[in-house]
Amino acid sequence: MPEFNLPDVGEGLTEAEIVSWRVSVGDTVQVNDVIVEIETAKSLVELPSPFAGEVTALLASEGETIEVGRPIIAIGEERQAMLVGYGPRAETSARRRRAPAVAASPPDEVTVSRPLAKPPVRKLAKDLGVDLAAIHAAGAIITRAEVEAAAGRHGERGAGATEGMTSGDGDVRIPVKGVRKATAEAMVRSAFTAPHVTEWVTLDVSRTMELVARLKADRAFAGVKVSPTLVVAKAICLALRRTPELNAQWDDEVREIVVKRSVNLGVAAATERGLVVPVIHGADAMSLLDLATAIGELTATAREGRTQPAQMSGGTFTLTNIGVFGVDGGTPIINPGESGILALGSIERRPWVDENDAVVARWVTTLALSFDHRVVDGEQGSRFLADVAAILRDPGLALTY
Amino acid sequence: MNPVQLVTPAGDRTTHAEYAFEGDRAAIESLFRDLVMTRRVDVEAFALQRHGELGLWPPVLGQEAAQVGSARAMRDHDFAFPTYRDHGVAWCRGVDPTWLLGIFRGSWLGGWDPAEHQIALPNIIIGAQTLHATGYGMGLVLEGLVGTGDPERDSAVIAYFGDGATSQGDVSEALDWAAVYQAPVVFFCENNQYAISVPVERQTRVPIAQRADGFGLPGVRVDGNDVLACHAVTERALQRARDGQGPTLVEAVTYRMGAHTTSDDPTRYRDAAEVEAWQAKDPIERVRLLLVTEGTPAAFFAEVEAEADALGARLREACRQIPEPELAELFDHVFVESTIENRQQKAEHIAWRDAIEGSVA
Repeated sequence: MPEFNLPDVGEGLTEAEIVSWRVSVGDTVQVNDVIVEIETAKSLVELPSPFAGEVTALLASEGETIEVGRPIIAIGEERQAMLVGYGPRAETSARRRRAPAVAASPPDEVTVSRPLAKPPVRKLAKDLGVDLAAIHAAGAIITRAEVEAAAGRHGERGAGATEGMTSGDGDVRIPVKGVRKATAEAMVRSAFTAPHVTEWVTLDVSRTMELVARLKADRAFAGVKVSPTLVVAKAICLALRRTPELNAQWDDEVREIVVKRSVNLGVAAATERGLVVPVIHGADAMSLLDLATAIGELTATAREGRTQPAQMSGGTFTLTNIGVFGVDGGTPIINPGESGILALGSIERRPWVDENDAVVARWVTTLALSFDHRVVDGEQGSRFLADVAAILRDPGLALTY
Repeated sequence: MNPVQLVTPAGDRTTHAEYAFEGDRAAIESLFRDLVMTRRVDVEAFALQRHGELGLWPPVLGQEAAQVGSARAMRDHDFAFPTYRDHGVAWCRGVDPTWLLGIFRGSWLGGWDPAEHQIALPNIIIGAQTLHATGYGMGLVLEGLVGTGDPERDSAVIAYFGDGATSQGDVSEALDWAAVYQAPVVFFCENNQYAISVPVERQTRVPIAQRADGFGLPGVRVDGNDVLACHAVTERALQRARDGQGPTLVEAVTYRMGAHTTSDDPTRYRDAAEVEAWQAKDPIERVRLLLVTEGTPAAFFAEVEAEADALGARLREACRQIPEPELAELFDHVFVESTIENRQQKAEHIAWRDAIEGSVA
């Protein structure tokens, strides 16, 4: 049975959303009849059929996002296999299929109730050799999970990254793949090879917040996102000049410490796909404006789920802003291949004792630095963290680096 | 500058003080056939891209008359330099459209032998082919193939380009050189109103044809959706060139009905009303109406339609039969006569490729 795989209609697209089907199962189509409308990152596009024949299955639902190369429709023979529960059809008409309970239909078609399932689920049932009629569905429509349960294939799924599958006891089992899998492997590798040390410092960042407000109003920075993260990123680059040991790699194979020439700063971003860490290469050589632009572009790309593997590799130090989730601090785990990671906690108004011993409301945050103790000792780690803190306390100190 | 028009959108003939179409009904039917085939090649290729068979396709829809009218005015020994959208020009020069499919499938870099069909490979670099055409024209002059009075000998060259290309320095240089040296070049601008999303108002303050004045060559504006007018105007311009009277700039005013390419979404930058207004000026429909008026039997149209259907089916099949490209062959096309280094690089590539394929197996 010929299947039509979702084409790349726009030079390098990886996926598209099924907007609306123009045909139904049972319709007869000619070559180049429009069968479906899809929406890509670039535009709405109508797809013409490459085949002539009867539509035997729609393999994707409206609203579903499909990867390029996956089959979306089957056109041609093998009708019976897709219509489990039906007897052979007497009519040969290629018209749109009507409801089964038609007076003129043969008796067996009237009595057999057709199990309801969406096209992709029917396809799955067919692939797994599951008889839909034999499934006792919990609801009116047989679900993918029920088909998989019937086939005894828990935990295997074709698509969908985050949603889990409910098993009989109500627990949700989520397949480990994609970004989750990559993250898990990286964290285990790092946590059990690099001896982590974590240090904290809590500080008054009111002057950094003033600087952020000033830059936001600056015309040169119009159009780019100015945030405390940006200033922290810059402070990291400056502090690494004095303590390049934090910008180094433990090369286990040759037993060497590789001090990296430039700072390739990873910026962790929470996305729908999971944790993604796009890397800004040569961050130390960038002006503040360039850095802001780079952070904005990379995080936007990450949030859209379009970060390419190359954009996530080659990092030498990582910044993670866990403050956006409203927490004060944590003990971050180093990205494998790097020697340090700095976590920025939430920035809040807190009581602070100023130089006159008065308690005043100030913008306060906590920085947490984890470093690889194979590469760096407490001396360098502490100096680096203190330097970052000093710059954030008084951004004017940046001039001294 | 009113464009030269010989057939109205309603299919009625009009007269023009300087230009007339010299052919009979059979000649118009022949042009009609090429218009329909060009459109079918385009429709089929567009669908093949949507089937996932082509990486990209720049549709010609709406510009068929400009291409067919001008290309059919060429003699066999004239030479054309087309753009990537001039599928109708290639068709009229006898190029099998499968070659075009192969280019946009990424299966080969060019394909046909330019000398065999007297048409160069499609130029992707915007406007660069106007320089190639001017150089070719200079070659014709130096070889004594211009202005001899012998119709078997005298030759011309035609360069196709778009409205956007007129902003390229290459095009200005080509126009200037050709005018100064009276090169036998017809500069045929298909003004389809848009350079991707940029409207022609952003390319020039005056009609494109008027820019010829500054370079010192004649400029003619023609209704680019009128195949008879395009034929008449281009024929005159080519004859001037062959006769040694120098270059002409022809501006064919037309409209790109479709997207810039299959990757483009024109609804983002132009109104439906504008597209609809041009739809009413369709280049094929007006010729069909004219032929009906002049007595062409219905059987002719049915025959052309059947021929187009067969062409479409053949192209679909041919597209899928195009062999996968052999990357190592690239090295054979770098030099006319290969060098030691080039042969070494080819050998290294093959060794590397085989090593990978070996490890997979």
